[in-house]
Amino acid sequence: MAKITFDGIEVEVPDGTTILNAARQIGGSIVPPAMCYYTPLKGSGGKCRACLVRVAAGSAKDPRPMPKLVASCVTPVQDGMVVENTTNPQVLDVRKGIVEMLLINHPLDCPVCDQAGECDLQNFAFEHGVSTTRYQEERRTFEKIDIGPLIQLHMTRCILCYRCVYTADQIVKGDRNHGVLGRGDAAEIGTYIENIIDDDFSGNVIDVCPVGALTDKTFRFKSRVWFTKPVNAHRDCPKCSGNVVLWYKGNDVLRTTARKDQYGEVKEWICNECRFEKKETADWTIEGPAHIDRSSVISANHYELPVLNQSVVADLPASTQRDLEKNPPLKLGN
Amino acid sequence: MGRKLLTEHINVEGIDTLEVYRKHGGYRSVEKALKTMTPDEVVEEVKKSGLRGRGGAGFPTGMKWSFLAKPEGVPRYLVCNADESEPGTFKDRQLMSKLPHLLIEGMITGSYALGANTSYIYIRGELLYVLRILEKAIAEAYAAGFLGKNILGSGYDLDLFVHPGGGAYICGEETALLESLEGKRGNPRNKPPFPAVQGLYARPTVVNNVESIAAVPVIVNEGGDEYAKIGVGRSTGTKLISACGHLNKPGIYEIELGLPVEEFIYSDEYCGGIWKGRDLKAVVAGGSSVPILPKELILKTAAGENRLMTYESLSDGGFVTGTMLGSGGFIAMDETTCIVRNTWNFSRFYHHESCGQCSPCREGTGWMEKVLHRLEHGHGHMEDIDLLVSVAKQIEGNTICPLGEAAAWPVAAAVRHFRHEFEWHVTHAKEAAQPGAVYRAEAVLA
Repeated sequence: MAKITFDGIEVEVPDGTTILNAARQIGGSIVPPAMCYYTPLKGSGGKCRACLVRVAAGSAKDPRPMPKLVASCVTPVQDGMVVENTTNPQVLDVRKGIVEMLLINHPLDCPVCDQAGECDLQNFAFEHGVSTTRYQEERRTFEKIDIGPLIQLHMTRCILCYRCVYTADQIVKGDRNHGVLGRGDAAEIGTYIENIIDDDFSGNVIDVCPVGALTDKTFRFKSRVWFTKPVNAHRDCPKCSGNVVLWYKGNDVLRTTARKDQYGEVKEWICNECRFEKKETADWTIEGPAHIDRSSVISANHYELPVLNQSVVADLPASTQRDLEKNPPLKLGN
Repeated sequence: MGRKLLTEHINVEGIDTLEVYRKHGGYRSVEKALKTMTPDEVVEEVKKSGLRGRGGAGFPTGMKWSFLAKPEGVPRYLVCNADESEPGTFKDRQLMSKLPHLLIEGMITGSYALGANTSYIYIRGELLYVLRILEKAIAEAYAAGFLGKNILGSGYDLDLFVHPGGGAYICGEETALLESLEGKRGNPRNKPPFPAVQGLYARPTVVNNVESIAAVPVIVNEGGDEYAKIGVGRSTGTKLISACGHLNKPGIYEIELGLPVEEFIYSDEYCGGIWKGRDLKAVVAGGSSVPILPKELILKTAAGENRLMTYESLSDGGFVTGTMLGSGGFIAMDETTCIVRNTWNFSRFYHHESCGQCSPCREGTGWMEKVLHRLEHGHGHMEDIDLLVSVAKQIEGNTICPLGEAAAWPVAAAVRHFRHEFEWHVTHAKEAAQPGAVYRAEAVLA
């Protein structure tokens, strides 16, 4: 075990834990932002530099500070380490710079982007960015690419976090079929990604994308996310756990996603059949409202206990209705 | 005349062949090390020599070797970084093409010291002709029993391979090089873990520059203490300097570390002064990635003495007044050089070569280049100058690998020392936009 001090708060974590995960054990607003790191994806992290922190003391054995800021998501803790995040002005200043860099080529088209309301970059910019940019040059643009009939890639919004690359490499079966072409600011997610369309788990690239670059074509432009109601549901699925979140608008399931934790990381990968094909309430056993963080824009219309329309319940299978009766947190409305 | 430890025989006819190389004392260090020394004793000699990495970072080679993890039954590797491609740096290719056996000898002795049974020379793909020379020399070394099984009857085995890279500057960064050597896209790795613990194929690996490895035979033959007598302070031995720019005699020179910069530029033994009798304006001392220094600062230390060519003296005062010896890519600029244009040119290179993996470098290098393009072409504004400094600061120290710094330092230093030229480009936009426009003091005064 290693004991570290993070922004003045002591925490003890197992050896090998990264600084970011140690901070997540403390929780709250001191946790560094992460745009590229994604716990379920091996090898992710270190790229966006959003989570840079200052290590004021390397360890009890060697208390010298680290010369540069380090990426907290890939740097393991050492016993006696002292880390400064929100308490260090240099870190906060650098974060402003990172937001500015990430927004150079990312269009601010939140009003039309499907990711609005659940966009990591939007949150990151809101918390750490400034309201203006000093960039005057022309932005890069791309044509949209269809990755089969269900997924669309719009590189214009991509911030090259590599999460989808790792997803395609690690959870999509078969040969390596996804990567990055070009280099520098001309880099782009390779169109070879189209080869993943036949895989049952390809839809997960949508869930891991922190911005609106990879979108669900069955959901695109159907609704703003804050007009929908997330409900936990499950079904017997031979391919995946079948544990999902259904996003309702009225009686319609507009979208199905994997369940995510408070840091937006998928808890269990779901298959394409659950994600794209099961859009009827009758396909699912409803568990209850999905927890939405109070600070999230998604919670604007439905706070801790969203009201599920009574008419929806009437359409539910008998087993689900029995489950609902046993689950008092769900309020039923008209 | 300074001592020539590496290049003493470089002009001997046929020195690239094993026969001639051996006649001039070649492969003595292999015989000495394998027959009379333990691997640890070789490492100790290198430590005693004080040899510092000649690729640019200047990290003590012996210390790097002693950091190598040595778990039982796990292979380890020595990798030679021959991916030389920084603008202004062209010493390694000369060393390899003229003295291929010197590098091979260093690789054998170094591999023995590190307990590596397989070693690689990762060479820049464009240097195809050097690759051919090295392959021929390696074949000769195999035939003579210096490579392969049971070398010189010592029981030590070594296979040496030359691997051509894809021609990306980033592959000269040691972890990107290892990725590329493994057959992957040459993106730098996050550190830790460092290569000494988890390098090539996740095995303990040492990555050294060509020149560092070429110095090993000399150190083993002469002894580390003897080697350490050359040089000044912690900068021991000799260093190859590739001198280019507005010099009367550009070329590759082996200098004893500690040589005054003034002597290097103006003496007939070395560069022979500035061409066309012009005045020196600025120098980039260690390859295009290190901060540029104006004449006054490169020729004299803060104490008013000649600034020596050592790792420490060039960096005196940090980057405010100093620079770095780096890889020894010495670029001299005469009084007619436009610093803005030069900085834009460097910036174009780093923009083009950024791997794009981490956001500050991916976006920042392009941003700086575009702003410099505007300034150079007469479309800049005064606030652009501070913008450049600010963007450079956002990149510096915040990237996965040192390419971020390599891109930021030249820009920040150019503005620091030659701000008036950038301002002139704004105030004299029309003139600045003319091809070949050069800031001159008299232009401002007039």
